[in-house]
Amino acid sequence: MTLFVFLALLQDGLATGAIYLLLAVGLLIVFSVTRVIFVPQGDLLAFATLTVAQLEAGQVPGTLWLLDGLALAAVLAEAYRGRRPRVLAFWLLFPAAVTAATLWGPRAAPLLAVPLGLAVVTPLGPLLWRFAFRPVSDAPVLTLLILAMALHFVLAGIGMVLFGADGATVAPLSGATLMLGPLAVSGQSLAILVVAAILVGALRWFFGATLAGKALRAAASDRLGARLVGIDAADSGARAFALAAFVAALSGVLIGAATPIAYDTGFEISLKGFVAAIIGGLASYPAAAAGAILVGVLESLGSFWASAWRDVIVFALLIPALALLSLRAAGRK
Amino acid sequence: MTPAPAPLLEVEGLTAGYGRVAVLHGVSLSVAPGRILAIVGPNGAGKTTLMSAVVGLLPRQGRVRFAGAAAGSTEALATAGAVLVPETRALFADMSVADNLLLGTWPRRGDARATASAFRDVYALFPRLEERRGQRAATLSGGERQMLALGRALMSRPRLLLLDEPSLGLAPRIVRDIFRVLAGLRAQGLAILLVEQNARAALDIADDGCVLEMGEVVLRGPSAALAGDPRVIATYLGTGSSG
Repeated sequence: MTLFVFLALLQDGLATGAIYLLLAVGLLIVFSVTRVIFVPQGDLLAFATLTVAQLEAGQVPGTLWLLDGLALAAVLAEAYRGRRPRVLAFWLLFPAAVTAATLWGPRAAPLLAVPLGLAVVTPLGPLLWRFAFRPVSDAPVLTLLILAMALHFVLAGIGMVLFGADGATVAPLSGATLMLGPLAVSGQSLAILVVAAILVGALRWFFGATLAGKALRAAASDRLGARLVGIDAADSGARAFALAAFVAALSGVLIGAATPIAYDTGFEISLKGFVAAIIGGLASYPAAAAGAILVGVLESLGSFWASAWRDVIVFALLIPALALLSLRAAGRK
Repeated sequence: MTPAPAPLLEVEGLTAGYGRVAVLHGVSLSVAPGRILAIVGPNGAGKTTLMSAVVGLLPRQGRVRFAGAAAGSTEALATAGAVLVPETRALFADMSVADNLLLGTWPRRGDARATASAFRDVYALFPRLEERRGQRAATLSGGERQMLALGRALMSRPRLLLLDEPSLGLAPRIVRDIFRVLAGLRAQGLAILLVEQNARAALDIADDGCVLEMGEVVLRGPSAALAGDPRVIATYLGTGSSG
């Protein structure tokens, strides 16, 4: 392999790694706050790509009706319990605004399609929490995992119905190509890295400097302590799912410019984010970030040398990572 | 003795437990502002279960009222001003001392002036916490952890503190400090429900006492009378020489 090929592969790997990093962060946030392994994150990623692709084609995406249906159910549930008018108002007004903007706005406009797509897919996260996980939030981790797997199949089925079996791509954020000597750096790769860096910075600021972010960290750090100071456990769960869904949707828009995404592609991509999260022990953000970059670069190099073994190489990473983690855990006892 | 003002916390016929196993059987008690009620009793009598059920961490049957209204969820009670400091302390171990305290203001978030004055008051009460404000809670000693748990509970200016074993695992000198702080808080009108293994220390500081055995209140009265009761002395206070 020449240095030139290596650099091209590295560029690819870093961009994909950045996507895995975002997904790993989403998984970590959800797991640390709610103990749910958020398997359906990949389906939301695919929903986002497919939704934005339909919007760009001037169509009305089916996910909009999914959002409206679930939001309506949330409104009815809140109205029945009748205790939290602000929650009720949010689930009434936000979907209504998104629906109006989609139906009557210039939805295919490049500046509108992506934000609209994110606005359609992101609220699905807290809605999934509201109806699938919140009612059993005290259940063992295994029960929550089984539920998450079931939800993945349900969402994949819905995706198949709403979007069909064909993959779709979205318009790249940047179509430019930058020449660095002989190396062509794609504008989209750079855009992915920039967006990922901005998002990581924003999350650091949110968790480190805002009371809402610290409250979410508190809910992850000590579930009982958070409840005792009055931080509502159900609200923390909803916020964690909203963050993870947003990150997944954004990843779908970023990766969907280079790779066609079909209703069932998201699962595999999010599994690689999961590998990165596992390398971080489902607890450490910096380790997960390093793991994500490692997975991205390994995958990219692997596809050059032994493309048939690409996924094998990535998932085989789990074995030494888990062995190391359990050795460390045993050493601590 | 002055007559007690209207109770802040009223518990009537409280039955609670884990799954189908009831640990508490119809417990009734009340705490008024500016008073300390001590619950003493042997291991397994249901003291911690009582605290958990009162704040709604466990499903409860019976009547629990706080400040004249039916008690809601744990979070709602914390917002209304009834805060539990559990035996485990439940600190945010990987966050700083200052952040732990800051999160205690959650029920009154957005009020910068109230937050600043709460920090001043808690740091005045526990100067050690101010010295350690940048340290992670996990690195604190046992006594400092208890101070932080108490301080965090006080940040929202509660009207009722529920303290589960505040002296557990602490050196006698620190226990004395903490109990002195509790007496000071009572003087400011705070109501305290205190669960303690250390029955002598608890009855010394409390105004009233209850003896809980097998999930039922078997004895109650002014704490001075309880501390003089032969049955209590024999079972919980030893010969009177130990503390």
